[in-house]
Amino acid sequence: MRPLDNSATAGWMARTIAILGLAILPACSGAESDNRQAPAVRRAGPGGPFQLVDTKGATVTDQTLKGKPYAIFFGFTRCPDVCPTTMSRMALLHKRLGAKADKLNIIFVSVDPEHDKRENIAGFLSMFDAPVIGLTGTPQQLAQIQKAYGIYVERVPLPSGDYTIDHTARILLFDRQGGFVETMDSHAPEQQAVSQLERLIDA
Amino acid sequence: MTLHRPLALLMTMIATLPAPAAAQRARQNGIVATEGWSRATAPRAEVGAGFLTLHNRGRQADRLLSATSPRSGRVEIHTMTMEGGVMRMRPLPNGIAVPAGGTIGLAPGGNHLMLIGLKSPLKRGERVPVTLRFARSGTVRMTLAVAAPGATAPANHGEQY
Repeated sequence: MRPLDNSATAGWMARTIAILGLAILPACSGAESDNRQAPAVRRAGPGGPFQLVDTKGATVTDQTLKGKPYAIFFGFTRCPDVCPTTMSRMALLHKRLGAKADKLNIIFVSVDPEHDKRENIAGFLSMFDAPVIGLTGTPQQLAQIQKAYGIYVERVPLPSGDYTIDHTARILLFDRQGGFVETMDSHAPEQQAVSQLERLIDA
Repeated sequence: MTLHRPLALLMTMIATLPAPAAAQRARQNGIVATEGWSRATAPRAEVGAGFLTLHNRGRQADRLLSATSPRSGRVEIHTMTMEGGVMRMRPLPNGIAVPAGGTIGLAPGGNHLMLIGLKSPLKRGERVPVTLRFARSGTVRMTLAVAAPGATAPANHGEQY
């Protein structure tokens, strides 16, 4: 199942809410609310509601991602080392998954809204041979997902007047329902990492 | 990283052999700079990284103080740490010590050069000229061979994890 587009999401959400009778996620009904309450069904651990935008400008939420497991990584395009190597590693694993590759979403969330516009993220991701979903949002939207996903982010000014961003550089794995499964060890042997992703896809 | 004496001696011996065609090194006084490489950068990127190995063949400690490149507005010396899953990058305003007879690597996951204000993106296969300035040995010129965007080792070392 492909991620749904925004209008389909609204309809799907409306049906889901009607069927289940759960009044969750007011943002999906169209109302803008950055500081909404976590729903009562919220599990312990990372994850939960969020609303961001992809590099083409389409809205992506925890609900639109449902139906496919995903691997999510937070970084910034000017990060010279861990971000490109992580995305390169994910592209390699994506290739190794073969026919199963399209059953997993790979997501990159920028933690640098000040610098990373949609075009910067698209350009960064274009270097890696895998269909990665690049996400950004307002500082408030990003702060919200970072908090929900347990991602530490701190903007650190440099003597040159520029800044860098300290951030959690772990790959988090989520199941098709949006439930947190585990983190990936970016230094694990390749076959072990492929098996880990296959388990996630087959679960 | 400081190598053990026999290994350092071996490195010195290797460094004094006639340069193989594939090996690229720059030498001035006590410092030999080898295996310079970088990564291709995104179309809109303004920064790039530089990695290399420094051998100090002299009897006195030296220090990499700064670097410049015609490909970027400036070059800074940075270090990266990963602690508890959190990546932190910091400038090293005092540079990097190169012990007498020692070898240090500027490598992924640790110290590196930051090319800031790229005049255009770094392209795979390109060789980026860099001038390194040392406290004792003066300037050493070398080039960085640009590898794939997410490479973790120079191109001739293949992909390693």
